[in-house]
Amino acid sequence: MSQNLAIRLAPWLYTIAMLVIWEGAVRLFGIPEFFLPPPTTVARAIYDYWPAIYRNSLITLWATVVGFGLAVVFGLLLGLLVGWSRSIYAGLYPLMIGFNAIPKVAVVPILVLWFGIGFIPAVLTAFLISFFPIVVNVATGLATIEPELEDVLKALGASKLDIMRKVGIPRSLPYFFGSLKVAITLAFVGTVVSESVASNNGIGNLMLQAQAQFLVPLIFAGLVALAVLGIVMYWLMAVLERRMTAWAHRSGFAQG
Amino acid sequence: MSAFVALDGVSHVYGGTGGTLAVEGLTLSVNRGEFAAVVGPSGCGKSTLMKLATGLQFPFKGTVSVAGAHVSKPVKIAGMAFQAPTLLPWRTTLENLLLPLEIVQPHRSQLRRKKAEYVARAEKLLASVGLGGQSGKYPWELSGGMQMRASLCRALIHEPQLLMLDEPFAALDAFTREELWCVIRDLQATSKITVILVTHDLREAVFLADRIFVMSSRPGRIIEERIVDLPRPRELDVTFTPAFQGIVHELREHIVRARQ
Repeated sequence: MSQNLAIRLAPWLYTIAMLVIWEGAVRLFGIPEFFLPPPTTVARAIYDYWPAIYRNSLITLWATVVGFGLAVVFGLLLGLLVGWSRSIYAGLYPLMIGFNAIPKVAVVPILVLWFGIGFIPAVLTAFLISFFPIVVNVATGLATIEPELEDVLKALGASKLDIMRKVGIPRSLPYFFGSLKVAITLAFVGTVVSESVASNNGIGNLMLQAQAQFLVPLIFAGLVALAVLGIVMYWLMAVLERRMTAWAHRSGFAQG
Repeated sequence: MSAFVALDGVSHVYGGTGGTLAVEGLTLSVNRGEFAAVVGPSGCGKSTLMKLATGLQFPFKGTVSVAGAHVSKPVKIAGMAFQAPTLLPWRTTLENLLLPLEIVQPHRSQLRRKKAEYVARAEKLLASVGLGGQSGKYPWELSGGMQMRASLCRALIHEPQLLMLDEPFAALDAFTREELWCVIRDLQATSKITVILVTHDLREAVFLADRIFVMSSRPGRIIEERIVDLPRPRELDVTFTPAFQGIVHELREHIVRARQ
């Protein structure tokens, strides 16, 4: 019982400990505020600039969620397509690897060229960066169907579609929901990258402006806002994963 | 009586033309209601035999026929079970059993109408292998032996006339394996289904089968056909009799020679 309580409290205790060490180190070594502001100063900045932080957080969150949503839809579709046939897999795989290897920040100028600065490039960057892990995971789930099971079903006269519906798709769901945790985190990266290069809004832009005006505590306030958004969305995805594929956790399926 | 399963002069290559020859000039026939076993050194093409007899693959030479018909498409009157139970972890044991009925005709189109009847059939089958009352459990809640029993039931749920078993008990411990020998013995005795068991356990083959085929190493051919005339019903005690041991030794010698 006390063991459980300790584990439940641990995240909070560790977070508080980190803040205390940070605060202590800044004071002890007399680190100037424009170099590394202590947590209390960052908290003060969050309070002072709350309206701007709040507004821009919502913009960043919205762009991320839309980009992530697109990635889920297209990632799922492409993953099913790639997992469906070996020749599609063989054909698309090198393309996807090459595409994924391109740093997404390098794509932002092209997106700006096509769509102008602002919301759309942010959404598309989030989409591009979070799309890949979803495709790979869904395709992996489909590609790792036990060949024996496929034989059992084929001998009964099952079509490719039957095998997908009865086995492939259900068994790729744990992979899919697992990939969402990675994808949502990456989507934030995409949005912020795009916002800091090509937008007048969002946390990325807020931090860039704060830097230009040497408002170092505000830069850190932006980081905190991003961390909070990231944790909340990650947690939501983790809950979704547990809800949708509880069987995979209990059976030890697709772990490790 | 004509053969229920017949392979005549079958050669088959893995990996398309130019690949390795898996079986060559393979000829064997199994009568209706017979329990046949195929033994041989590993890599002798036993699994190829499984695929050929169930219509998952077609030989490039020779003919395969099941129940008097030339095999040119998957043989739906066959059920299959493998070493891995391959139960779906998101389905309960009962739902796993019903899976073949969701695929194979005519059950597929009658599933909704006859659901209660099918569920009753599944429960009865589970009870017959000692899994009564376990139908609501998920596969991971069952032991390895119980999963294998469920897998056997899944192979039998559509009332096939031919049961193909590919080393079904290889992953189980010795005691569980012998328990399952008795399960499969009793299933076959009551249903009179034709069984082809691929195994490399000679005691298993002799205990269960009426007829044993010994395959050579790759490319696989039948080098010996042995009728097992031990009286039925056989109890596990029979495995300790000299007659039983004699047959096992005889088969062993054939396999040792086949490996050279």
